Amino acid sequence: MAGMTIPEMKEMARKCRIEICKMTHRAQAGHPGGSLSEIDILCGLYGHRLRVKPDDPDWEDRDRFILSKGHASPGMYAVLAEMGFISHEDLKTYRVKGGVCQGHVDMKWCPGVDFSAGSLGMGLSFGMGCAVAAKLDASNRNAYVMVGDGEIQEGSIWEAAMAAAHHELGNLKLFVDCNRIQNDDFCEAQMRMFDIPSKWASFGWAVKEIDGHDMNSIINAIDWMDTVHDRPAVVIANTVKGKGVSFMEDNPAFHGAAPSDEQLAIALSELEVVA
Amino acid sequence: MSRMAATRDGYGDALLELSSNPKVVVLEADLGKSTKSLHFRKAHPERTISCGIGEQNMLLVGAGLASNGYIPFASTFAIFTERAFEQMRNGVARPNLAVHLCGSHGGTHTGTDGSSAQSIEDLAIYRTLPNVVVMHPCDDVSTKALTMQLPKLSSPSYMRTARNKTPVLYDGKETQITIGKGVTLAEGNDVAIIACGVLVHESLTAAEQLRGEGINATVVDMHTIKPLDTELIDKLAMQCGAIVTAEDHSIIGGLGGAVSEHVVSSNPVPVEKIGVHDRFGESADAEEMLEMMGLKSHHICDAVRRVIARKA
Repeated sequence: MAGMTIPEMKEMARKCRIEICKMTHRAQAGHPGGSLSEIDILCGLYGHRLRVKPDDPDWEDRDRFILSKGHASPGMYAVLAEMGFISHEDLKTYRVKGGVCQGHVDMKWCPGVDFSAGSLGMGLSFGMGCAVAAKLDASNRNAYVMVGDGEIQEGSIWEAAMAAAHHELGNLKLFVDCNRIQNDDFCEAQMRMFDIPSKWASFGWAVKEIDGHDMNSIINAIDWMDTVHDRPAVVIANTVKGKGVSFMEDNPAFHGAAPSDEQLAIALSELEVVA
Repeated sequence: MSRMAATRDGYGDALLELSSNPKVVVLEADLGKSTKSLHFRKAHPERTISCGIGEQNMLLVGAGLASNGYIPFASTFAIFTERAFEQMRNGVARPNLAVHLCGSHGGTHTGTDGSSAQSIEDLAIYRTLPNVVVMHPCDDVSTKALTMQLPKLSSPSYMRTARNKTPVLYDGKETQITIGKGVTLAEGNDVAIIACGVLVHESLTAAEQLRGEGINATVVDMHTIKPLDTELIDKLAMQCGAIVTAEDHSIIGGLGGAVSEHVVSSNPVPVEKIGVHDRFGESADAEEMLEMMGLKSHHICDAVRRVIARKA
């Protein structure tokens, strides 16, 4: 897999945005805002770099991708459907009894999911375990992790940040989806995090800051991560919560709220315009 | 007098022996000298991952390793495992990843470190988690035997070990130890004393004292609290008609809780629980703590007399 062109990845992101809106609308629940902010990065990672086999999701030597902000599952499910891990029909099982698309991504339920998320602050540690395992196996596979910016308020993130740098895990790659909004309000109001890139740098990580919606920047950042071997690398991606749907953009109300029928129609009219 | 040893030494010996399996890895949170994983670390530093003083991270690094086919053994003090309870719940038990967690220095027997270090609730909290096997062995031999069986387990586990030395009961008898199977150490038809950890020896002493009064007690080492050996409990309830449980743990939710929960729904015989009565400990040596908390053999004898008086 991987090796898609930039126009192809942009188109994939557009289709995924539509599915995110449809999934949350169908369920009348879920987290569209953080799914829309992360989606360009996910499409860049899966389209450009991640070594996985949709027809063999448990392939032992695959790269791992850990969505630690597991509530933003509609984004990941949409990508997994585009990649062929699950079907587009499966997307209709989001938050439905017995469905592969559980409310939060779950490795026991959905092919292509490497971590059972749902509780913030856990995925980076799990990714560290995957990275240590790859080193013990003398494999060149990587562990990629995505966390949200609100999520890094969890203390355990910094336990993992310190430990991964201590162990010089050059095969651990992290994206921080900085969409500036958490559950209750803007991060600025809930808990200021001050200089996020400096925090990671001071913990011993290689740091790069990008526009998380510019596919060229995303691809360049993923390629840059490949050049870092002596320590973990983090891409601080500045994003917009709800990106691509006018009334959701930068709106704390759509962290965890589904669009109504009317809102879905507006969203689709905005997203169905092919660039 | 029998040989004295600490269960944590059995754990350390087992890890070293298990190191011949290249998939076995050890995770430490700066207490390897205390939990005894240090022997493995010295022999295999490349397979020992220091997580610093960071238990939450340690549990999930273990989960990640387990998901990649490794067999992680993580240890710290029993009390400090508890700050990673949600990691154990959501990141280990829920996806059923076989991370083996050992909490040493469990119970009031931990002694002079005081109440902050004396976990009296660990067995209860881990017992509530689906998929998790919970063990509390009574001597170094059985601790080693149980630990040696863990790589074959396809689910996570929690094992409590103790800081201080206790009499060894299983020298040359390690083949009697199987995860999930209680061991009958003394036979009698008047009462069944079901114990775990440091109170197994106290229970044997109690049985000896009771024999002088004409009371014949069965004593069981219930080293595995979950899955509970319900077959054996049913047999004992039928045979003895009364049960005393004994543990260096809160009377809420531990071995006594587990046995009571089972008995009320199968054969409701009277049960008396020896354990810590909903209070915290304090600094005192191990034996003083057992006396203060009502966990000595004479307390067990009293409980036996009470439970026999309650027999129908």
